[in-house]
Amino acid sequence: MNIHEYQAKQIFAKYGVPTPRGIVANTPDQAVRNASELGGKIWVVKAQIHAGGRGLGGGVKLARSLEEVGQFASEILGMTLVTHQTGPEGKLVQKVYIEEGADIKDELYLGVVLDRAKEMPVIMASTEGGMEIETVAHNNPEKIIKIAVDPAIGFQGFHGRELVFGLGITDPVEQKKFISFASKLYKLYMENDAEMIEINPLIKTGTGDFLALDGKMGFDDSALGRHPDIEDMRDISEEDADEREASRYGLSYISLDGEIGCMVNGAGLAMGTMDTINYMGGTPANFLDVGGKANAETVAKGFEIILKNPKVKAIFVNIFGGIVRCDRIANGILEATKMVNVHVPVIVRLDGTNAVEAAEILRNANIPNVIAADDLADGAAKAVAAAKGE
Amino acid sequence: MSILVNKDTKVIVQGFTGKEGSFHAEQCLAYGTKIVGGVTPNKGGQVHLGQPVFNTVSEAVQATGATVSMIFVPPAFVADAVMEAADAGIELAVVITEGAPVRDMQAAKSYATKHNMKTIGPNCPGIITAEECKIGIMPGMIFKKGNVGLISKSGTLTYEGANQVCREGFGISTAVGIGGDPIIGLSYKQLLPLFEADPETHAIVMIGEIGGDLEIQAAKFIKEHITKPVVAFIAGQTAPAGKRMGHAGAIVSGGAGTAKEKMEALEAAGVRVVVSPAEIGKAIAEVLGK
Repeated sequence: MNIHEYQAKQIFAKYGVPTPRGIVANTPDQAVRNASELGGKIWVVKAQIHAGGRGLGGGVKLARSLEEVGQFASEILGMTLVTHQTGPEGKLVQKVYIEEGADIKDELYLGVVLDRAKEMPVIMASTEGGMEIETVAHNNPEKIIKIAVDPAIGFQGFHGRELVFGLGITDPVEQKKFISFASKLYKLYMENDAEMIEINPLIKTGTGDFLALDGKMGFDDSALGRHPDIEDMRDISEEDADEREASRYGLSYISLDGEIGCMVNGAGLAMGTMDTINYMGGTPANFLDVGGKANAETVAKGFEIILKNPKVKAIFVNIFGGIVRCDRIANGILEATKMVNVHVPVIVRLDGTNAVEAAEILRNANIPNVIAADDLADGAAKAVAAAKGE
Repeated sequence: MSILVNKDTKVIVQGFTGKEGSFHAEQCLAYGTKIVGGVTPNKGGQVHLGQPVFNTVSEAVQATGATVSMIFVPPAFVADAVMEAADAGIELAVVITEGAPVRDMQAAKSYATKHNMKTIGPNCPGIITAEECKIGIMPGMIFKKGNVGLISKSGTLTYEGANQVCREGFGISTAVGIGGDPIIGLSYKQLLPLFEADPETHAIVMIGEIGGDLEIQAAKFIKEHITKPVVAFIAGQTAPAGKRMGHAGAIVSGGAGTAKEKMEALEAAGVRVVVSPAEIGKAIAEVLGK
């Protein structure tokens, strides 16, 4: 789960990680009130969406008067912001963050992510703040410092020294400030079961202070149960409505661009099914894992969600029955076709336990648009042909 | 022969009396697995599925001599269960549970390693030595005995692969579902040498997916150390970047962990890489010269 910049900064503040002062607003009037409450002469009006690259898309503006704050807020609120991370459809901006202007002397990068190979969190830092870290990693990998921290010992002095010397911070007072910043960031990463924190840019001010000018956080979904305060920060308008509805029924759904709807048990086989359709010259319309309990209700829900997509021209149901027997799944599929009006051809491949009985059930039911397939290759080929109207 | 487990392996079940634990322990017993007891706190002294129940893993190990534990406890208790098993001297923990927090697994795996305990999973179907010992939730009947070893991140692709291998007239020595989480126990790199050393395994099927770099590590290892033919499939060639594809670890992030880079690395290591899981069986028939 991801959160907004203003929410990440609330967590930063709780841990004493310095940020510019700011207040979130839902309306232009509120934005102006926030700005006057913050005081000063310069404010930044920032669109709150779960995607990077907001500045380039016109979602971050510097205001030099309260009038400008109101003007920019009304321009940004309600706009559909397109950045390289939103996809071409963009994201609707519903909140703006009004922040006091900062005196920027240097822009750095600081982040914490899980290093899967080392199996521990790694702190990443760079002097190339304000740029995409992936770009820096690609063009100037030597400009990224990576420091793995073993949670068994936590953030130690030497980790801090490696960071400041690596970044070329030489003033002892600044060194101390930066190390304190990084150690607090590591602490909040661990204590909140974060998956990713990114501060880009982290700025050094004219007075030698370090401030998180931006803040991005993602969390381990499996650990949200023990962080109700973070779960409360969930913004459902940022999530795909179909994916969300599917998850309520224990289905894992992701929509794609193609024409063949897929319903599969197991995430690996679901990806393998998409790959096979692609290999045979078709295009998958979605990823859908119905999980271990493919029954009439979940299959019906799956049909419903797949068919919401008007591009779908055929559906490939690919189930490898293990503990759940195929004959029961076949009956479930037949029942589901009665519950939902399935107007496209449905290719059904059931393999595994009791597959022969299942094929018999499908044949005897004799539903015109339900086509039985023998195996994965046969099913994918039939689905591709059906989508092409063959 | 086989790897890690066989007909003599003594197994206990943590979370023995729960719904999932009971159902699958019963299936394993029916398959012939030597389940010699189980652990459920405060149910010590009871008998469940004809086997003794203990309050702690330590008691269970002392009383039964079990060396393997199959873990079915709820996600929030997985780390505790793994560490308890390691502390009690269990040699191999097979963690079926899905949804354990990453931070918990990090700590648990690090502790298990310190105690020389191997871990399989979490979020996996388990391990099976065909017609001898099934420790997990896979349908036993599709694994006919034979000379192909199988390692897979995905449960249903394990079944798909094994089923195709058997339909081609071959069979499985041992199949290991290693799980699809960001941090897992035994991986390709640790399992490949075991299959290489097993005289009954003549070829290996390796099924991976997007996310992380375990398959890349495997490719390097194969190039240097594995002489037996390897057939590989990597799921997620058509998966969009930045999206988590069902498994917690199946995500291409920052452009890394793509199916393409993994397939290329494996091909460069001399592995027979198939683009669809539908070709696993045929590829095995080819490399084994049928």
